Amino acid sequence: MRVLLNVPKTAKKGEAVEIKILISHPMESGQRRDEMGRAVPRMVIHDFVCTYNGAEVIRLALFPAIAANPFLAFSARAEDSGAFTFTWMDDSGASQTETALIVVE
Amino acid sequence: MIRRRAALFVAALLLAGAAPRSGHDDASPAVQAMQDDDAENPGMLWVEQGAALWAEGCASCHGTPESVRGVSARYPRYDPALGRPVTLGAQVNQCRARTGQAAWGSDSEEMLSVTALVGRQSRGLPVAIDGSGPAQAWLQQGRALFTERQGQLNLSCAQCHDGLAGQRLGGARIPQGQVNGYPLYRLEWQGLGSLDRRLRNCLAGVRAEPLPPGSPEMAALQFYLGWRSNGLPVETPAVRP
Repeated sequence: MRVLLNVPKTAKKGEAVEIKILISHPMESGQRRDEMGRAVPRMVIHDFVCTYNGAEVIRLALFPAIAANPFLAFSARAEDSGAFTFTWMDDSGASQTETALIVVE
Repeated sequence: MIRRRAALFVAALLLAGAAPRSGHDDASPAVQAMQDDDAENPGMLWVEQGAALWAEGCASCHGTPESVRGVSARYPRYDPALGRPVTLGAQVNQCRARTGQAAWGSDSEEMLSVTALVGRQSRGLPVAIDGSGPAQAWLQQGRALFTERQGQLNLSCAQCHDGLAGQRLGGARIPQGQVNGYPLYRLEWQGLGSLDRRLRNCLAGVRAEPLPPGSPEMAALQFYLGWRSNGLPVETPAVRP
């Protein structure tokens, strides 16, 4: 899956940093039918977690009725230099992990 | 004096009506913000994919994607050798044929990705399509298609997109139908789409028979539409509702 990840490269200690992530995903709701009338199976990202140096920043439970290519934005307080790790899982059982490094001055 | 002022006002209105106006300016502030921030613009997912394809199939001749800045602003371009206008997608396929690579469909993910990448390089430059010389006949054909009533609804493109642009159809403002942002991300499509796809939708919307892809009529209409957008900044990949 293609991902656009936006985390500031540097931040001051104690500063709130904005994190933006755009994930390429069909987010198929499971409510639609194809041209033959067969139900299109649900295929959404249902679980998303962001951790910062191992500590959980945000955990999201996602449901259908979210558009394709979901965009998530949230903030975190910069404390120490290290890594933001993003992990999500979809209905196919596939999971993906992305990492972004940040330097805290 | 008052009459003169009124005449000036009417003239100003007419001029304002004639000036090209990007669909970006008719979209809601939320959609505009989505387009303006690369971190939020879902079209950038295709640009990223395009960069990977560029490295595989284009970089050995063309170098970095930045080196084609300005190219997409000149497309569709009249090709004197072929005697017809060529879209950016058709140009990519010509390149691929010359180098022994298989052609891409106009709506394939690969074609959308690479044209989005090439278009992105020209972002902000004014559309500058040369409609002079032998290209004029194609512009005229394109204009004829644009102004001709067609389909069961018996509507022409021009009736709404020239005549009624800026007014409302239901809750939405009628745009001028400018093409400075293709390929673009439509929220309705939940994906990136080509001008071919847009025109298929338009023609199906007025219950007309869609123009065959790659046909001379399609080339003429896209050439005219591009020329009509001259002066507007390239917005690829734009975001539209």
